[in-house]
Amino acid sequence: MEYEVVIGMETHVEQSTHSKMFCSCSASFFGAEPNTNVCPTCLGMPGALPVINQRAVEFCIMVGLALNCKIARHTFWERKSYWYPDLPKGYQISQYQCPLCYDGYIDVDVRDLSSGNWTETHYRKRIRIRRAHLEEDTGKLAHAGNVSFVDYNRSGVPLIEIVTEPDIASADEAYAYLSALRDIVRYLGVSSGDMEKGALRGEPNMSLRPKGSDTFGTKVEIKNLNSLRAVRDSIAYEIKRQSRLLDEGDQIRQVTLGWDDARGVTVIQREKEEAHDYRYFPEPDLPPLVIDDTWLEAIRARMPELPLAKNDRFMRDFGLSGYDAMVLTKDRATAEYFEKVVAALCGEKNQGLQAAAKSAANWVTGELFRLMGATGAGIEHVKVDPAQLAGLIQLVDNKTININTARQVFEEMFASGRDAGAIVEAKGLAQVNDEATLSKVVEEVLDANPQQAQAYLAGNEKLFQFLVGQTMKRTKGKGNPQVLQGLLKAALDKRRSQ
Amino acid sequence: MNLCALTIHEARASLGAGHVTATALTRACLTRIHALNPRLNAFLTVNADEALQQAAAADERLRREGAAAFNDQPLLGVPLGIKDVLSTRGLRTTAGSRILEHYTPAWDATCVARLRAAGAVLLGKTNTDEFAMGSSTENSAFGVTRNPWDEARVPGGSSGGSAAAVAADLCCAALGSDTGGSVRQPAALCGITGLKNSYGRVSRYGLIAYASSLDSVGVLAKDARDAAIMLEVIAGHDPHDSTSAARPVEGWEQALNGDIRGLRIGVPREYFIPGMQPEVTEAVRAGIETLRSLGASVIDISLPSTTLALPVYYLIATAEASANLARFDSVRYGLRVPGADLVDTYRKTRGAGFGAEVKRRIMLGTYALSAGYYDAYYVRAQKVRTLIKQEFERAFAQVDLIVAPTSPTTAFKIGEKADDPIQMYLSDIFTLTMNLAGICGVSIPCGFDTAGLPIGMQLMGAAFDEKTVLRAADAFQRNTEWHLRKPAL
Ligand SMILES: [Zn+2]
Repeated sequence: MEYEVVIGMETHVEQSTHSKMFCSCSASFFGAEPNTNVCPTCLGMPGALPVINQRAVEFCIMVGLALNCKIARHTFWERKSYWYPDLPKGYQISQYQCPLCYDGYIDVDVRDLSSGNWTETHYRKRIRIRRAHLEEDTGKLAHAGNVSFVDYNRSGVPLIEIVTEPDIASADEAYAYLSALRDIVRYLGVSSGDMEKGALRGEPNMSLRPKGSDTFGTKVEIKNLNSLRAVRDSIAYEIKRQSRLLDEGDQIRQVTLGWDDARGVTVIQREKEEAHDYRYFPEPDLPPLVIDDTWLEAIRARMPELPLAKNDRFMRDFGLSGYDAMVLTKDRATAEYFEKVVAALCGEKNQGLQAAAKSAANWVTGELFRLMGATGAGIEHVKVDPAQLAGLIQLVDNKTININTARQVFEEMFASGRDAGAIVEAKGLAQVNDEATLSKVVEEVLDANPQQAQAYLAGNEKLFQFLVGQTMKRTKGKGNPQVLQGLLKAALDKRRSQ
Repeated sequence: MNLCALTIHEARASLGAGHVTATALTRACLTRIHALNPRLNAFLTVNADEALQQAAAADERLRREGAAAFNDQPLLGVPLGIKDVLSTRGLRTTAGSRILEHYTPAWDATCVARLRAAGAVLLGKTNTDEFAMGSSTENSAFGVTRNPWDEARVPGGSSGGSAAAVAADLCCAALGSDTGGSVRQPAALCGITGLKNSYGRVSRYGLIAYASSLDSVGVLAKDARDAAIMLEVIAGHDPHDSTSAARPVEGWEQALNGDIRGLRIGVPREYFIPGMQPEVTEAVRAGIETLRSLGASVIDISLPSTTLALPVYYLIATAEASANLARFDSVRYGLRVPGADLVDTYRKTRGAGFGAEVKRRIMLGTYALSAGYYDAYYVRAQKVRTLIKQEFERAFAQVDLIVAPTSPTTAFKIGEKADDPIQMYLSDIFTLTMNLAGICGVSIPCGFDTAGLPIGMQLMGAAFDEKTVLRAADAFQRNTEWHLRKPAL
């Protein structure tokens, strides 16, 4: 039978605020010595009280706005009670009845990822967001034999929980959703979005049903996924597994699953549990949260252009391909870098905008990405500033250097941060465009290679490239290739007619 | 002269004039504690060494600067007691519970830090019902405190240790906490002055929480003037407590001018009920007459929601307590009784660490918050609480002060109500409404019953109107002598 999958996603985003949500301890828990970023409040000592980190509230509102959510103007905190050693107070301060952000949506570009490569073929999908609220993270347990240790450095770090409607209809859509969400939180500077470090934790819940059916099947949850790929692969695996079971007439059990990355299979972590009663009630230690117009508008004014809007603008205004637009807008700093190169090339009048954008895109996605990949440098550590890259492109455009030389020059720029012009001058790399000089070179090459010239004239056209190569060699790569080719052709034609 | 009998303002006068040293005053208190505490059990922990160091430092400054030192250290050299639900740096803080028997905080509650900054001498920690849950101190894991007026009787609670310590002249004054009457009721039963501040007036940071939306730090003192002096030190916004009010500290002592002419006093009929001790009714009525004779006008008023206060209080307070006490899980501090596994360890620890009343309230609160009961109990109780609050607001549009008995009876016998929680809860019936409304009030002595036990009268003011409350209490005390009587010990 043919099945369709219904997926909802619950995502926790660890905020990269300076301090924790309810105390002034540092929130950067990753890699810190255990229990060093702690105080009475985040340790749940008797008599300690929480105080709201306004920044964390703003971050959550920014994410809500990016997800087209409504923002609650008057809301409150609640205590969610349960027992676990990593939860120092025995309750988590969270939101239940009135989430800070609700009723939103996100549009994502879904690509067919079965080939493992990005492709141009994609469609745009709208996924509704049910709610996004703020809560505090727990500490972390470490087990050694039958002893357990607790590290409270993470306790109280602000966390945004984002819940979608069950609008996700494939593993690729789930991938696209989480990937878009990650790009957004990074754009906003709200979180590192690193799934490997647990800063973004996506937990899909999914069920299968016969195609066209309007009732839901039995739901399973998948947890502890630490990469986008794991999210996609685990869902794809579950679709196959459950389809086979259903085909065989078996029941799906309601379980919580984990993902074994090495073996590429899901594993049962927990059987269905008793419905937990968290005994939510309003947090009496914190006053209600009121978001007034002034505050909200101030936050709205600080919202950057988001990845998808930028993507569409790059395609529309710059005439970029979908692929170029996508890779250039994935990361905010890269997109800004690229736009600065374009601006430096075009000046204020935007002359030759699309051509400039095309060559800027080629350089950024080509040479720049290649060298960043090879050296592991992030865009913020690249020594070549956008104006310098534009300068290099201009040297190619005005034929001072040819494209091959430009690549060499760029490598030097990348290593040293020097200007293209300075490198060209110091190394005498300027392109030779002078026809008289180049004609002489052509004549010398033809004289030096009479057999090859003869063979070409006899019809072996492949030898033309050999002869071009010889002229480039003789000019030490500095000859203008177009001019040389023209002159060579003319010289050969002349010999043919002789 | 019995140094320990000094009020704060008397002690300040003597210290400032050089008639007495802080060290002598502190030694006198420590000697008296040594002599009487084995009988009274008012102090759980005596901080003798540190207290003497603080006294020595105070003397040093007093020698140099004399009374001028009080300008920025208004409690310099004054020996005080601290209820054992307030965190004290380096000084054991038990909350009257086995579960915290060996717990020493690494930090001070904000009000304690302010006392230290004001130069106070911290004599030690006073007994309390476990986690401030109780009206007699019989729920303390470390034994009942005895009423200095009759050692067979309770001192009231939960700040019974502080009240007994002040009444027995073991210290000049003490901090307490009031969630449903825990400052006012023991003040009444011990014949002293007990100030319950408006919710948010004093920071709760470092106060071991019982019911967060009702808890307030208060003062047990020998008179209203001392209460005003103490309040000026501990009041004021605290960035560590989001529920502390951004209200300025007023000159409450300065405002005690003895003049209450024109003050409108409301007497609520719901606070004079059948079944209460007739002598209490008589003494409070007489107290109201005294206020009238001083120029106040007296109006009969009605606060009909009062009858709902008890159930509302026990739903909200226990719900909050059930979550507040969840942190005592043996993982980071406190008692640990190892079990077979994690859950078993929780069970055994909390089973051994908490007393019966605490367990009762945790269970009540857990039940009230459970799925299916939440709307019927907790949500409903909050709605009624809003009505109670509004009723007080309407009343205070009509009157400046509401006067009523603090407790329906004088001090009862140890064990008399211990097995009957409802009877025990009823002893707070006149006090807990104020906590639900978040308003302020003071209990002052207004007479004695035939057994020689003190009777308390409660003056209630609008939220943040401590000024009127204290001014009326002080005016009453300028014209009466009830607060000057001392138990024979
Ligand atoms: Zn902290």
